[in-house]
Amino acid sequence: MTDSSLAPTHLALVGNPNTGKTALFNALTGSRQKVANYAGVTVERKEGVLTSPSGRVIHVVDLPGTYSLRARSPDEAVTRDAVLGRLAGETPPDVIVCVADATNLRLVLRLALELKQVGRPFVLALNMFDIAQRQGLRIDLEGLSREIGAPIVTTVATRKRGIEDLVVQAEALAGSMPAGENVWHEPSAEEIRHAHSEAQRIMRACVRAPERPDTLTSRIDHVLLQPVAGLVILSAIMFVIFQAVFSWATPVADLIDAGFVLLGDLVGRVVTHDLLRSLLVDGLIAGVGSVLVFLPQIIIVFFFILLLEDSGYMARAAFLLDRLMGVAGLHGRAFIPLLSSHACAIPGIMSARVIDQKHDRLTTILIAPLMTCSARLPVYTLIISALIPNRTVWGFINLQGLVMFGLYGAGLVSGLVVAFIIRRVFWRTASEPFLMELPTYKAPEVRNVLLNLWQRVVIFLNRAGRIILPLMILVWALSTFPYPPEGATGPAIDYSFAGMIGHFIQPLLAPIGFNWQMSIALIPGMAAREVAVATLGTIYAVGDVDGAGGAVLTQIVASQWSLATGLSFLAWYVFAPQCVATLGVVKRETNGWTWPTVMFVYMFALAYLAALATYRGALALGWG
Amino acid sequence: MSEAALPDAAVAPADTGLLSIARVGARGVITRVSAFDGALPAEELERRLLELGFVEGARIEVLEEGLFGRDPIAVKLDDMRVAIRRREAAAILMSYDSRADA
Repeated sequence: MTDSSLAPTHLALVGNPNTGKTALFNALTGSRQKVANYAGVTVERKEGVLTSPSGRVIHVVDLPGTYSLRARSPDEAVTRDAVLGRLAGETPPDVIVCVADATNLRLVLRLALELKQVGRPFVLALNMFDIAQRQGLRIDLEGLSREIGAPIVTTVATRKRGIEDLVVQAEALAGSMPAGENVWHEPSAEEIRHAHSEAQRIMRACVRAPERPDTLTSRIDHVLLQPVAGLVILSAIMFVIFQAVFSWATPVADLIDAGFVLLGDLVGRVVTHDLLRSLLVDGLIAGVGSVLVFLPQIIIVFFFILLLEDSGYMARAAFLLDRLMGVAGLHGRAFIPLLSSHACAIPGIMSARVIDQKHDRLTTILIAPLMTCSARLPVYTLIISALIPNRTVWGFINLQGLVMFGLYGAGLVSGLVVAFIIRRVFWRTASEPFLMELPTYKAPEVRNVLLNLWQRVVIFLNRAGRIILPLMILVWALSTFPYPPEGATGPAIDYSFAGMIGHFIQPLLAPIGFNWQMSIALIPGMAAREVAVATLGTIYAVGDVDGAGGAVLTQIVASQWSLATGLSFLAWYVFAPQCVATLGVVKRETNGWTWPTVMFVYMFALAYLAALATYRGALALGWG
Repeated sequence: MSEAALPDAAVAPADTGLLSIARVGARGVITRVSAFDGALPAEELERRLLELGFVEGARIEVLEEGLFGRDPIAVKLDDMRVAIRRREAAAILMSYDSRADA
């Protein structure tokens, strides 16, 4: 029942981190949300729409959380500019909703005093009001409203309480109060102190300390932040996530994979034109499939990230790891992107947004692709099962498993070493101070987790999909054209551009023990690492590597490649940036081609050196 | 920031010390926030500390400390909990009402 005679109203949500701001946003707008980027910056823009009881259309943006309008990061700059109404391409908000954790008012009152200077009408939403009541916290709402000069609404976002009231208040404010004069300027230290004492005075006047303050968080922290036990628990949690990513995701990923193979078969039967069929089946369908196949892992990674964030544990994990990560010059929060990168570097690089400081974030992005992502597994599995004997060493360790473990370790350790070198040689600035609120623990809300998870999925498909798909088709074109001449004897790819490039770079790769088949496989393998396996299957003409062809390929590799060559290939794959999608995401996240280029060059250089050392070392050991 | 820098344990309750050398259990009130140039210019660090609630008069208690070099520390700051490295905690002077020396 939208009334078109009413002009739409724009609301902006502002608040400290951990106040349930996003939960309130979800309660307001439900699933009517759009996630995109602000123009020209890599800050996420979340907007939703709702219809007020009077029929007015209301647009709501969820601005990045902040303690102050004084921006310290690109995210906070967006909040500041949006509030001040000077963000390019954005409609200035008619009303600002300042979201506060009702149990922790002091800091947000200072923010509210800053908002008051901006002159735009605002409402203070005291969220998590049920918890405040349970604690016996007494707040004089009328007095508080008078002091800050804004109406107050109490809300419980997770139970959708107070939402309608908030909408009505905001709408009334939009209609009755024009924006006043903006007298805000960046506060100096002295002005912040002054605002604090003002907030303190308001607190004393209007808020009575809780009769039953929360002691649970302290008690939980006393266990989870124990120096030794805390790290053990964190390791156990990381192990569970790691296991889940690999063992839960695989069946679903296999199902998706099989589905796309089936779809390819069906389309292949219907479409008779050779080139069109090849484009559809090998280019388009295979390309879409290669994006979707990572979805199960990405869902699981982000499911755990959301649980850890919503419960309040993420900040504790960063606390526990700060010193360890600091050794490599990384921020404690870098563990999130690095853990995610073990599933896929793309969500890993995307999640590096949790790190504010530019150099800390870039360092994390640069090393994220060195973590062993799941696309490397088919390559590793092929070489290991073909060339590493399946036997037990030192009484209980499986040699194949040991090599796999070693490859994981090599990725992680080299990533940390690279980070160390970047921070000690190139960016010798001391790292960003580790200053972080440890939020009160709370049980994650299922609805919020699911909604946010859904958003991550859409973002992944949108961002990664739009980059990966054209690249997949480019790689398909390189591997398909030109056609082999009449009466050609070799595999078709040998005559294509990919084949030409492979043959062209082969002399370069000979010193590291690569044969021409491997050199060619690297070109389509740029699409995604595991594509190299399928390409080897094509070149050796074994048929479908996911079916019976896989075993044949393993036998061919076992009989035709030396151990030295196999190990060199593994070393190459630990380092080489064999993934254009990753480079594309880095381009998106860093707003330019500088950092993808740096990543491309340094990773290829490392890959070449590592493969060279491995190959020569293996030859010296007589494994040629 | 060594052990020797700690004031004598027997000093009266009103004694003061830097948060950077406080141990778990230490409790008191912040008496001065004055930053120094480091990763950030002093002025910027001081404002960030203030914005997060490290302000003169706030009640503070050291709750937990990390495994390596007892760093970082988790403190209770009035009604909230905050993690901070000892390096930055050196900008904060507190007056103890209980020091709980180790």
